Amino acid sequence: MHDGRKPELALDEPWRNPQATPYISIRNVTKRFGDFVAVNDVSLNVYRQELFCLLGGSGCGKSTLLRMLAGFEEPSSGQIFIDGQDMAGIPPYSRPVNMMFQSYALFPHMSVQDNVAFGLKQDRTPLKEIRERVAAMLDLVKLSPFAKRKPHQLSGGQRQRVALARSLVKEPKLLLLDEPLGALDRKLRESTQFELMNLQDKLGVTFIVVTHDQEEAMTLASRIGVMNQGHIVQVGTPSEIYEFPVNRFVADFIGTVNMFAGRIVDEDSNYVRIAAEADGCTFFIDHGVSASPNAQLWVALRPEKINIGREAPADTRENCVQGVIDGIAYMGDVSVFNVKLASGRMVKVTRPNLIRREEDTLTWDDEVWLHWHPASGVVLTS
Amino acid sequence: MSRRVHRSLWVWLGAGLAFLYIPIVSLVIFSFNSSKLVTVWAGFSTRWYGSLFHNDQILDAAGLSVRIGFISAALAVVLGTMVAVALARFGAFGGRALLSALSTAPLVMPEVITGLSLLLLFVAMEQAIGWPAGRSAMTIIIAHTTFSMAYVAVVVQSRLAGMDPSIEEAALDLGARPGKVFFVITLPLISPALVSGFLLAFTLSLDDLVISSFVSGPGATTLPMVIYSKVRLGLSPEINALATLMVAIVGAGVVIAGILMNRAEKARIRDEQMALAGDDLPAANPVSQA
Ligand SMILES: Nc1ncnc2c1ncn2[C@@H]1O[C@H](COP(=O)(O)OP(=O)(O)OP(=O)(O)O)[C@@H](O)[C@H]1O
Ligand SMILES: [Mg+2]
Repeated sequence: MHDGRKPELALDEPWRNPQATPYISIRNVTKRFGDFVAVNDVSLNVYRQELFCLLGGSGCGKSTLLRMLAGFEEPSSGQIFIDGQDMAGIPPYSRPVNMMFQSYALFPHMSVQDNVAFGLKQDRTPLKEIRERVAAMLDLVKLSPFAKRKPHQLSGGQRQRVALARSLVKEPKLLLLDEPLGALDRKLRESTQFELMNLQDKLGVTFIVVTHDQEEAMTLASRIGVMNQGHIVQVGTPSEIYEFPVNRFVADFIGTVNMFAGRIVDEDSNYVRIAAEADGCTFFIDHGVSASPNAQLWVALRPEKINIGREAPADTRENCVQGVIDGIAYMGDVSVFNVKLASGRMVKVTRPNLIRREEDTLTWDDEVWLHWHPASGVVLTS
Repeated sequence: MSRRVHRSLWVWLGAGLAFLYIPIVSLVIFSFNSSKLVTVWAGFSTRWYGSLFHNDQILDAAGLSVRIGFISAALAVVLGTMVAVALARFGAFGGRALLSALSTAPLVMPEVITGLSLLLLFVAMEQAIGWPAGRSAMTIIIAHTTFSMAYVAVVVQSRLAGMDPSIEEAALDLGARPGKVFFVITLPLISPALVSGFLLAFTLSLDDLVISSFVSGPGATTLPMVIYSKVRLGLSPEINALATLMVAIVGAGVVIAGILMNRAEKARIRDEQMALAGDDLPAANPVSQA
């Protein structure tokens, strides 16, 4: 059922094409609440039929950015264009945008079908058409048997789907979802994520989804924007963000990472050698780095890109380090090894679960070698 | 040991209840006294109820009180709601703190002062613009509206504050203009507060003696004013009968409200169970056939 397929509508990757016109263009937008800067000089382009995820810690300004797109807050400075039109001073009810609220914000005194029909009634859609479209939408989210119920007679997951149906039924060009799946259990979450992608295939909507669940962002997004303290730190496809984070914050925020501080000891246009003296190892990186020779650098190494074994690698001068297994966390499909280096620091290494497959499994207090490929480390300058 | 604590608790409870209810019980009993002397029991009779219903002065006053109560409560609900919405929804507009303080001041203002100041205002207005001409039921209505609207504002404002503001935002987002949002979304959601605000204002108006005495004119005598003036001439069994009727009406109201609330609670529990049961219907997995 779940083939993990990404929506392929924004197939041509318009963000790589400088000629492509963005559907939403956020230009130098800042939002202040008194002295507090909630959104700080954000510029961002989102293209038609993208599913763009805004990712970031609590309080970093994701909801505020979304609320400015929907028209509930006015930017303190900067501009927002939707479909080429400047949104300044345009009230929420005149924007081609619908928003699904984190709290669902269902109308408690209306039945499910009246909730869904509300938006269409505001447009003076003919009654017959309203009835048909509401029925079709309830069908789509599998809520037809509950059409006559009030929101308080529904479970959390059902309410969430009512909110989704209500925001979708007007077929907006842009749908803003503020942590749409926050309250769902894992299974319902996955099926609804898939449902969102399906809807996008079917209706060709542009989505901006706020979440602070990075796994959700990885599965859903055509691109991810990582926010920190009001800034957008990096924008890229999920694999770009994971494999090529631009700084330590992003590397640390998305997934798990081992961070080594070091200095360049040798460099050329096509390689660089970085000594992490504190940890007693040297990194050989197979590409050049633009950084001043003696500057402080960091090398980020993902746990799954490190090999672990009892034998020393062929060349023990670089891209390897020795340590002792200090702990093993059994996660089912993978095991996480905590390896203690001579310097005392811990390095995380993940391996696929090898129990019942190998004779000689690694265990506590084993002396091991960690080694990695020259392409595995990511050099970060900030 | 604990036994004794238990028993002394009961004694205190009994004393408290007696303190509260002996006056009312004696009032009810003496309303059925056939003697004209209020303090001497001379046998059971309902004659005072009969004479009550032939006493035009009391009936007229009761009618007037109810009319004034209805009109002033309705006005107070409208005005109080407007104040509450301004305070709860319009953000930090200029003069918000002032409006907030001014609108709740009547809650703590001594009634004598409210009554006196309103009387002065009416007199001054009559001299300046010729309205309101003299004191009448109209001036009582205006006076009752002014002080009961503060109560309505407080009740409605707390309801608005407890409401998720994104419900209204969602309506705006779906294309409804602010005026429509107010009437279609906000108003139905705060309607319980409007009802309790109305009942509160109605009760306050029905109950008020001090302010009414200041601002009423000839021919506009409310029920509390009649009762008070009659009692000053001596206790009358007729007034006991009237009071007993009022106690009965209030008592019935409390019982009915209790029954309705009990029913609503049962319905809520039933709904919650329905919501939980709904979880394992096929709708819980919307994707499989999509
Ligand atoms: N109306 C407001 N007045 C003052 N400060 C506000 C207001 N709205 C938001 N903020 C502040 O702006 C910051 C960003 O808030 P925002 O709701 O955008 O965070 P978020 O990224 O959505 O966080 P979360 O993941 O917890 O939902 C927070 O520090 C918050 O306190
Ligand atoms: Mg938020």
